[in-house]
Amino acid sequence: MSDVRSAIDAVWRIESPRLIAGLARMVRDVGVAEDLAQDALVAALESWPESGVPRNPGAWLMTAAKRRAIDRFRRQELGERKHEELGRELRGDVVMPDFDANMDDDIGDDLLRLVFIACHPVLSQPARVALTLRLLGGLTTTEIGRAFFVPEATVAQRIVRAKRTLSAARVPFEVPQGADRAARLASVLEVLYLIFNEGYCATAGDDWLRPALCEDALRMGRVVAELMPDDAEVHGLVALMEIQASRTSARVGPGGDPVLLLDQDRSRWNHVLVRRGLAALGRAERLGGALGPYALQASIAACHARAKTAEETDWVRIVALYDALLEVLPSPVVALNRAVAVGIGYGPAAGLEAVEEISGHPALEGYYLLPSVRGDLLVKLGRDGEGRAEFARAASLTNNARERKLLLSRANVSDDVDFETRRTSSQ
Amino acid sequence: MRFMLLMLPGEYATGPDDVEAMRAMGRFNEEMQKAGVLLDLNGLHPTAEGARVSFKGGKPTVTDGPFAETKEVLGGYWVIQVKSRAEAIEWASRCPGGECTIEIRQVYEFSEFPAEFQELAARGEFPEMKARRERLSES
Repeated sequence: MSDVRSAIDAVWRIESPRLIAGLARMVRDVGVAEDLAQDALVAALESWPESGVPRNPGAWLMTAAKRRAIDRFRRQELGERKHEELGRELRGDVVMPDFDANMDDDIGDDLLRLVFIACHPVLSQPARVALTLRLLGGLTTTEIGRAFFVPEATVAQRIVRAKRTLSAARVPFEVPQGADRAARLASVLEVLYLIFNEGYCATAGDDWLRPALCEDALRMGRVVAELMPDDAEVHGLVALMEIQASRTSARVGPGGDPVLLLDQDRSRWNHVLVRRGLAALGRAERLGGALGPYALQASIAACHARAKTAEETDWVRIVALYDALLEVLPSPVVALNRAVAVGIGYGPAAGLEAVEEISGHPALEGYYLLPSVRGDLLVKLGRDGEGRAEFARAASLTNNARERKLLLSRANVSDDVDFETRRTSSQ
Repeated sequence: MRFMLLMLPGEYATGPDDVEAMRAMGRFNEEMQKAGVLLDLNGLHPTAEGARVSFKGGKPTVTDGPFAETKEVLGGYWVIQVKSRAEAIEWASRCPGGECTIEIRQVYEFSEFPAEFQELAARGEFPEMKARRERLSES
């Protein structure tokens, strides 16, 4: 790739969310806004290799997009009202308007509206994920396809359909208020954490960790936290992701195999990210959000982050935090994680008892971590044969090659490795 | 991927005395913060207050600042997390640092070290390194 081409890609990644958000406010349609932004990108690809990247590339792209907007609206006559609005806004602007003022005034609000639209409940979850990565993360369809092992054409189709759905449902370009707001925000956080988790513990493919996807999710999470500084749970989610991401380089062994939490070399944890995570958690707590589902998960992660060695981990506190988490997020997966903590804090017999309490739950049927946790506890109780059978069962249930390898090795030789406390998911 | 942007101020400034320049720099930092790319940043005191320890002939020798013979001195740094080298360059290009130079260097990830080294580290065969890191993490 030429230098100019990669410079254009970089500008696009930085500028496209604001560009699309600003355009969406003007044309009141995210799909149209995205098309216009793409047109501007094409214009840049045509002219920047000759002229070089302009001094203020964001403003350049906005000018180009607005020109395309006028052409487009005149040609297609997409309704007299919109045309007039746009014409009014653009009068005298066509040559070289003061875009800095335009861009900076309400751009934060526009971006936030864009975030909420991309995660709108009218869309399916894969559509929300794709649209969020595309609109807020500035990823190309190729990059999204590669990240999720989906053909590029499928991603493109998904995005086209999502934009059509939003238009058809006449979803307003606004930040939800009142009773709707909490549910809509939960959807935004869920999408971000889903993306993070796909990178942190890949459900498919050969690599167990795909840091680029974690970085995308974290970056978008930090953006949303800046946009909603008073929302505790946003900071809770950012705290959780920062602390989990801090372990990235210690989570993978030399051959690419997973290294479980308690076996990790803690000196390799990224202390800048730990510090950022603890700061974000502090913010969530100061805003009164200590008992939110993400803040509680972040508090659990923080217990590990604060322990200098695995032996110093405060398991009693972790079990208590899981109890609190189960109050707000009564999920069998959370209960399973709690059982792991009980198994370490109060002994394997107590842990196994906690596992058996939830093992019949239909949501855990076919979930590989259930036999994996049970196997670990059985081995610790000296019931090696039963434990190995559980590991073999777990191996047959996971789709991740690295994880399967780890489980199979435990099915064959049960050594004395403690099991990682799994991060929980918010299903 | 992480990059360190090393600021070599040149003629630009000797310290934080130019309020307008500081304000512009603050806006630049804020922009990176809002974009979710800024991980860490710090500004450094002038070299006049610093010192150098060099090991000519294996023995530590202390020289007090300023270091007249050096044209390029470090004034501060940012650590950013971005998608590409090109993106790091694009952010650096937006720095309002006057006649400064910004050097862009990618931060090594552990996974980039040779497999042999990773295996030794995984077996804990670098005790002095580990001890040093532990001391660091305690501070």
